[in-house]
Amino acid sequence: MAKQSDQVHAPLGGPIFTPMFFGLGLLVLVAGFFLFNRFFFGLASVTNLSDGYPWGIWIAIDLVVGTALGCAGYAIALLVYILNRGEYHPLVRPALLASLFGYALGGAAVMIDLGRYWQGYNMFLPWLSQYNSVMLETALCIAAYITVLMIEFSPVFLERLGMKNVRRKLDRVLFIFIGLGILLPTMHQSSMGTILVILGHQLSALWQTQLLPLLFLSSALFMGFAIVVFEAVLSSVGFRRPMEAYILNKLSTVMAWLLLGYLVLRLGDLIFRGDIVLAFDLGVDAVMFWIETVLHVIALVLLWPRKERASPQRMFVAASTMLAAGTVYRINCYLIGYHPGDGWSYFPTVGEIMVTVGIFSLEVMLYLIFVKKLPVLHTVERAYIEEHAAEARDQGSAPVGHAT
Amino acid sequence: MRTGPHGTRDVDDVDRIGDLDSYRGALGGLTRRDFLKYCTGIAATLGLAPEFGVRIANAATSGQRPSVIWISAQECTGCTEGLLRSYHPTLETLILDQISLDYHETLCAGAGHQAEAFREQAVEENWGSFLLVVDGAIPTKDDGIYCQIAGKTVLETVLRLAEGAGAILAMGSCAAWGGIPSSDPNPTGATAVHEILTDKTVVNIPGCPPNPYNFLSTVLHFVTFGALPALDSKNRPRFAYGRLIHENCERRPHFDAGRFAREFGDEGHRQGWCLYYLGCKGPETWANCPAIGFNDGGEGSWPVGTGHPCFGCTEQGVGFTKSIHSLAKLETVTPPTAFPRVEEEQGGAGTAAVALASGIVGAAVGAGAVLATRLGKHGPTPEQPPEGSS
Repeated sequence: MAKQSDQVHAPLGGPIFTPMFFGLGLLVLVAGFFLFNRFFFGLASVTNLSDGYPWGIWIAIDLVVGTALGCAGYAIALLVYILNRGEYHPLVRPALLASLFGYALGGAAVMIDLGRYWQGYNMFLPWLSQYNSVMLETALCIAAYITVLMIEFSPVFLERLGMKNVRRKLDRVLFIFIGLGILLPTMHQSSMGTILVILGHQLSALWQTQLLPLLFLSSALFMGFAIVVFEAVLSSVGFRRPMEAYILNKLSTVMAWLLLGYLVLRLGDLIFRGDIVLAFDLGVDAVMFWIETVLHVIALVLLWPRKERASPQRMFVAASTMLAAGTVYRINCYLIGYHPGDGWSYFPTVGEIMVTVGIFSLEVMLYLIFVKKLPVLHTVERAYIEEHAAEARDQGSAPVGHAT
Repeated sequence: MRTGPHGTRDVDDVDRIGDLDSYRGALGGLTRRDFLKYCTGIAATLGLAPEFGVRIANAATSGQRPSVIWISAQECTGCTEGLLRSYHPTLETLILDQISLDYHETLCAGAGHQAEAFREQAVEENWGSFLLVVDGAIPTKDDGIYCQIAGKTVLETVLRLAEGAGAILAMGSCAAWGGIPSSDPNPTGATAVHEILTDKTVVNIPGCPPNPYNFLSTVLHFVTFGALPALDSKNRPRFAYGRLIHENCERRPHFDAGRFAREFGDEGHRQGWCLYYLGCKGPETWANCPAIGFNDGGEGSWPVGTGHPCFGCTEQGVGFTKSIHSLAKLETVTPPTAFPRVEEEQGGAGTAAVALASGIVGAAVGAGAVLATRLGKHGPTPEQPPEGSS
């Protein structure tokens, strides 16, 4: 397997310092300014966090949504290694890379959000740990998974550095880390739902259910698949590569069934509990619930398996809708449906938003650098690239998402 | 049936302590139910599981009650007064049913030579097993002549009785670390008991006076298990002196939130805020006062509960040494530099932030739409042959 992947993955090459790079860099610098204030003058100087809302978008978006987007590696590894669907193998490396950034930056967001961040290391000291805490479980699990992701991704570095010997030794034990790489997200993605279960009545009954762990796990899975499709389409357009359309089409069938299962659970549970009536009690909660549900349904309709092959356009829209649906679900659970008591409200400050934007920008920047310099993406025939470049010139329109 | 220390019988079942009701008179009016409840309460004070209450009841009602010899030295009788006012149980229950208080100068029925002779007899009979309790500091200057009973210095008496004692308890701050008598200039050379009996384990129960339950729980632990409870580095029972007052104080949230009384009677004092700036020594004093209160006064009746700063009576170098209104040394945490506000803002949304958030969502949807449209123009993508299953 080692030898084979040496041949099939290659760095894209191309310049690093593109206009897009500088644009993203500027956003990262702005985030850096707000982070400087946060670390030296405290959370209150940058955020709208309060005693009622001790977490805001840094947790709800950067961590909870960010790690779900980072489930690409989890979802694909599950498919390739557990369900033994080798044909999806070309997707493994880009998916792992997306996971690595999603999780590392999600972990960074937690440290930014910790009030007394200088005591953050305490959670890794077993004699100071609070073993009844579901947050501890999530934190340790995510920290462990970031380490595992680095090991899973390390063959890419080793290939680049030509360290064949180390690579061969690593290959012998890599299956352990692949196993852990599937176990750990299963644990903490469901724990993110469990955290909400213990909030009890503070979370609106539209979202509060004993099924939260299962719903979070399954939504993490389909978001993981969706981000794989999303990134595959973007990089095929941006880097003028052929789309792995055959694989993506098959993947969309998997996603459709997963999404259907999720929706049946989600709505079935609401109807069974009788709390579906709250969806007709007009207010912010109900509106957000309908946005979430409609997005899920649209994604399902777009994905639903059909005889003819779905167009890349359709798959892109379906994957984007799915990502939006999962994102809205998570924000609803962590912020919109969360009611700590009378009088409390929360809307992020400009600083909070810019930090979130900066973190996602950093993720894209690093992704671009990595795929250009390291053997991450599957190799394609040179002839194909040239042919399509010519075609694009003839049409007089540069491909969108142009990354050069 | 096994026989435990001091002839106690181990029972696993509460029903086997069968004759308690016929015992009524001797239980000081307690019913069997009240008595078992009391023993369970003692077990709770010690931090033991409820079923230990049965073992304590068993030990306390066994035929051989442990002999206790109580020696008073330089003291004010406050410790005895505190014990006299304990109601769970009353003192008579304690001395008639649980221990055999064979000598106590304040409580002796006899007097003079009769009392002294009875003590000698009890000491002789129980040599090696009796419990020696000392309250008050021991004067050591000029061979200890400043405190004498029946013509003997208390120093001499304590040294001799300690030879035959099964366990030694120093009751109150004077006995535990010197207390008031040892304060400067200490004209009598008042000394703590453990400093005289350097080769023995002396359990210290400091306090002025200590809560009687800290004493009773230690005694009943000894009676029940034949061993002393876990002790800290100053030989104080951990169950009672294992935590700073500051850690369990009912006013601690005010400390953490920066709400302090600055003067007696000011707004903060009337609101019941933290007394740290009035000189409360809770942050450097180890005792369980916030949990069990002062003596048997009931919930909330202890110095801090009534609005007076703790003056550190249990702690050597604090009580009777530091000025009442001097600031305590903070042993664990210092107050944060930026205190939380007393009135918390409940949140709101800035116009710029709302605009920015809407802009980002709009831009994302727009970019997605543009991209999707252009993807459509690209037309069908060439079919990629399926990869070989690798």
